[in-house]
Amino acid sequence: MTHEVAVLGVGMHPWGKWGKNFVEYGLVAAEAALDDAGVAWQDIQYVAGADTIRNGYPGFIAGATFAQALGWSGTRVGSCYAACASGAHAINMARAQILAGFCDVALVVGADTTPKGFFAPVGGERRDDPDWLRFHLLGATNPTYFALYARRRMEAYGATPRDFALVKVKNSRHGLANPNARYRKEVTVDEVLASPVVADPLHLLEICATSDGAAALVLSSLEYARARGASQPVRVAAVSTVTPMFPNTVIEMPNFATDSGAVAAAPERTFRDSIAHAALEEAGVGPEDLDVAEVYDLSTSLELDWYENIGLCKEGEAERLINDGDTALGGRIPVNPSGGLACFGEAIPAQAIAQVCELTWQLRGQAAGRQVEGAQVGLSINQGLFGHGSSVIVKR
Amino acid sequence: MPGPTRAQRRYPGWVAQLKERVPAVEGWFTIGDAPALLGTRCTACGTYFFPREESFCRNPGCRGRQFDEVELSRRGRVWSFTDNRYQPPAPYVSPDPFVPYGIAAVELEREHMVVLGQLDAGVDTSALRAGQEVELVVGPLYEDDDHEYVVWKWRPLRPSGGEREVQQ
Repeated sequence: MTHEVAVLGVGMHPWGKWGKNFVEYGLVAAEAALDDAGVAWQDIQYVAGADTIRNGYPGFIAGATFAQALGWSGTRVGSCYAACASGAHAINMARAQILAGFCDVALVVGADTTPKGFFAPVGGERRDDPDWLRFHLLGATNPTYFALYARRRMEAYGATPRDFALVKVKNSRHGLANPNARYRKEVTVDEVLASPVVADPLHLLEICATSDGAAALVLSSLEYARARGASQPVRVAAVSTVTPMFPNTVIEMPNFATDSGAVAAAPERTFRDSIAHAALEEAGVGPEDLDVAEVYDLSTSLELDWYENIGLCKEGEAERLINDGDTALGGRIPVNPSGGLACFGEAIPAQAIAQVCELTWQLRGQAAGRQVEGAQVGLSINQGLFGHGSSVIVKR
Repeated sequence: MPGPTRAQRRYPGWVAQLKERVPAVEGWFTIGDAPALLGTRCTACGTYFFPREESFCRNPGCRGRQFDEVELSRRGRVWSFTDNRYQPPAPYVSPDPFVPYGIAAVELEREHMVVLGQLDAGVDTSALRAGQEVELVVGPLYEDDDHEYVVWKWRPLRPSGGEREVQQ
């Protein structure tokens, strides 16, 4: 029995700061995905919504919000929140419904409207919420954690600020031709390093912005796709939504401390390694089989971490990959041909879905101006706050 | 912001000294001569927790429900560090104007855990290295009319250097 589902349609609303309600973005993306699939809204049997927590009640029940906005059709719905991994978890909900035989065709939608500046915890005084307390007691912003990882690469592997800047330079070039990208301007190493330091060693141009945006997919069973004439659709071969293993000995946002490894032995793989491993194992491929990857470059140095987590290189070798151009378009394994978060900024519940949109365009040969030639297998990867793995593998 | 009280206007230095020094969060650390973080330890398996865990042991191989309060190691080694150059959003309470501060992730050997903390005021992060030994101190976080709220901070034992001991 196959565990694959077809990606029948993909659609996005361009990323930016548009100042509109998130539902409007979601509808634009959903209608684009439906049109791309050639499926009418009334034929959708299940809607999976990736929630946003900064847009009131409609954001907490995103599946129903989008279903109502598209016009109540009696479809079944589900909504889920998994922080930055919400999109992948919504994809997994829809996939499970299809594979279980509860439905043949499903719509997945994530959309966000974001505030300006640093992400702050949601309002109110909550002294039992680590996300509230880390701001209050430590002043630890998201870039604080990104910078701790970046400095660790410098201390452990001899990485340099220039190595990190090269990631931004590469991604800014990749995103130039992407009509959905918010930032379409090439930058140089000097420009990156001349931008203000936000949290040493990371500069302003190395930390992703927060954006408005939306992405949507129409997923279906392979039989449903075939019946509609899609004989060779892009297929979802794996979705990894794993949680960490105890003890998780890597410090993670928004925590104050790691688990203690005083009694239980550390697991075989770190959490981020295990996210990729679970996806690769499920898809039955190795890192060497990948043609393209979309990774969550919340910061420049985090992209380098992902190279190693996926297994594109050994630990401590990611700096060599970026310097050799291996992960640039035309290189051995292009990473973030879309331009990544560097060119998009983050629209939390939409981002993991957008990664799959990009991989689908790449595998269909429709990524004009940023095409990875002959791409057959693609992987997206990401991690959500509070232990949410997120990785999707698609095949052609 | 409320203005200064009449007593503060008359005797600013004297009133400042009278401000009560209180932890910015209750039960997370001690504020004596040798301050320490307060964690808990599962009485069944011995796993440490910080912040304190008091209901269910999180070791999946343990069903422990009882915990002892323990002082965590006062010294550890720097795993990584950074600084914050821009004012964070509330609920961080910032002085006006904002004052940048360092943050370190510190490995505690006995507990096998890494704990975050601000660096003590005046610590130059450019002189820090991974592997450097640091000690827990208590320092001001913010204040109001009556209280000085304090929090745990890390201070290098040898501010001017330290060995590079990096272990993966």
